[in-house]
Amino acid sequence: MKELFKRTAKPGEAEANATEQAKTEHNGPLPKFTWNQGSGAADAGSPPAKVSESKKPAKLAKIPDNLWTRCPACKELIYTKELENNKKVCQKCNHHFRLKARERINLLVDEGSFEEINSNLISADPLDFVSLTEPPYPQKMAEVRQKTGLNEAVITGFGQLQGLPLGLVVCDFSFQGGSMGGVFGEKLVRLVEEAIRRRCPVLTVSASGGARMHEGLFSLMQMAKTTAAINRLGEAGLPHISLLTDPCTGGVFASYASVADIIMAEPGAFIGFAGPRIIEQITKQKLPTGFNTAEFLLEHGMVDRVIPRKELASTLEILLRLYGVASAQIANQKEASYAR
Amino acid sequence: MPGRFNVKKRLGDRANILPKIPKETEVNSVEEILPEASIPAHEPEHDQKHEKEHNSKQKPHSPAWERVLLARHIERPRTLDFIQALCDEFVELHGDRRYGDDAALVGGLARFEGRTVMVLGHQKGRNTKENILRNFGMPRAEGYRKALRLMEHAAKFKLPLLTFIDTPGAYPGKESEERGMSLAIAENLLELCRLPVPVIALVTGEGGSGGALAIGVADRMLMLENSIYSVASPEASATILWRDASQAPAAAEAMKITAPDLHKFGIIDAVIPEPPGGGHTDRPSLMITVREFLLRHLAELEQDYIGRGVEGIRAMLDARYEKYRKIGHWAELSNSKDN
Repeated sequence: MKELFKRTAKPGEAEANATEQAKTEHNGPLPKFTWNQGSGAADAGSPPAKVSESKKPAKLAKIPDNLWTRCPACKELIYTKELENNKKVCQKCNHHFRLKARERINLLVDEGSFEEINSNLISADPLDFVSLTEPPYPQKMAEVRQKTGLNEAVITGFGQLQGLPLGLVVCDFSFQGGSMGGVFGEKLVRLVEEAIRRRCPVLTVSASGGARMHEGLFSLMQMAKTTAAINRLGEAGLPHISLLTDPCTGGVFASYASVADIIMAEPGAFIGFAGPRIIEQITKQKLPTGFNTAEFLLEHGMVDRVIPRKELASTLEILLRLYGVASAQIANQKEASYAR
Repeated sequence: MPGRFNVKKRLGDRANILPKIPKETEVNSVEEILPEASIPAHEPEHDQKHEKEHNSKQKPHSPAWERVLLARHIERPRTLDFIQALCDEFVELHGDRRYGDDAALVGGLARFEGRTVMVLGHQKGRNTKENILRNFGMPRAEGYRKALRLMEHAAKFKLPLLTFIDTPGAYPGKESEERGMSLAIAENLLELCRLPVPVIALVTGEGGSGGALAIGVADRMLMLENSIYSVASPEASATILWRDASQAPAAAEAMKITAPDLHKFGIIDAVIPEPPGGGHTDRPSLMITVREFLLRHLAELEQDYIGRGVEGIRAMLDARYEKYRKIGHWAELSNSKDN
């Protein structure tokens, strides 16, 4: 994934070479499309706007490789490279695609500045969990690690944003639904404790279904553990900025992600205490569209901002500078009061 | 709590269905003397069909599930019963001063063994009407904000905080989302992490997920022998894990939600023994034991920390931090790419 985002440094070049790249990267025959065969991949930079109505949707689903991506919101086809150059935001409808943790980090921090910590922590099996249908928990986790190339549902580390130091805690929803268990909590707490030592603000980027069921009450207790760490960060006078991304529910949303000095959410992200199915099941009411989205939260006064992805880095930079000046003011006041 | 009122007048023509009650009996609600409603003690969506399914799939003997049934027993003492039995005086305080009053979470000032304390707890009902009023012990955001207000109150007057946990979980409804349930829970967790008074939490029945934890970050975490504490209710766990709510007994077993299991894990500090057959069978003796445990732990906290002023409070908060800091398990990969 890293390579993908190195390219974003030179967007012009990326676009110019898009077709070339597409050809060289797909070593097999070029993908065959069900639409206008004539233009084919040669015209790849701009996806065909219309699909002939006579073609069945089932055939559309068979688009080979990852050359094209269908936007789940507006159903348009987007040339994947173009999507990636646009920070994975649909240019047609502004749908924000989910990002993997490493993609998010690469998009945010200065190139080469990210230093991951505690990446070698993996989950244990405190309950000796017995599942009716799944393989044993440790084996299941080993499979998830293999599949995702990650060791846990969260990546922690330090990076710089336009030269400003920042601690990062970034969830990866593709790893067991971004669920929070013992490792997640421990990695977050260690990061926060290190951030306090380094006098460094913390950004958490959350995308999680909630607590990891397989670790039972240990998972629930991570809500208290992570919140306690954020409390210490606050006591040290360091800001916690929380970015809620799609989807963010349950134990993560109801703990550290909600005890932040600034809470921001990505446009259209599903964010809620419970998922829509549970709410409908309990209340027997059909939920209106847009329920529990980022915009819904803003409207109800629960978040500071809904922030488009392309504005995230610049807004964070301004915030970090403002906090930096503020903390210098506090330090000056302290010195002044000691001098008296 | 509802006071004494004229049952016959309230019931009108239906008064003749009332059983004869001796004059001196105090009646707190109509339901106390009416036949038991046939609805289950917990989640409203939990219908009888489910109950039957549970029972039919219960063939492999499940001690954990037996405890779940005891923890949800309709006769089990509720928070207000505990407060009434344990405290000499109690003044209930209502409302979050933001939106409303939530009857599913009660609290107020009380006297416990000579000291003024703040008490808080989830309140379930015993029949349909009470359960509707108490929302089956599932608080909404305003319930947690009332709890937050009372925590701050406790901090202001340096009152120890005693909490009684008995909820299937926070109420996952539309209004909960509109009023910021997640934020309300998270803010309570934060407040409890830094509350400068001793906090003792006791799980009396069901400790259901974040809705329980929101009043359960404590210096001492106690559980009644037949109570349960889980990351999600057994039904929800079974649905999430195996897409089959009827596997709740298997989930109860797999999730290790009983007091003895959690004590073994070191997540809770003590298990309070119950009379044989469950706490409801001999309430007076249960209350004597609970009082002893609460008093012992509170006295220890007061002796260890409160007598030492600001320094003691700092030490208490550090100990609370370390208590939660330690919870969780992990392993380390040796072939790490870490630098």
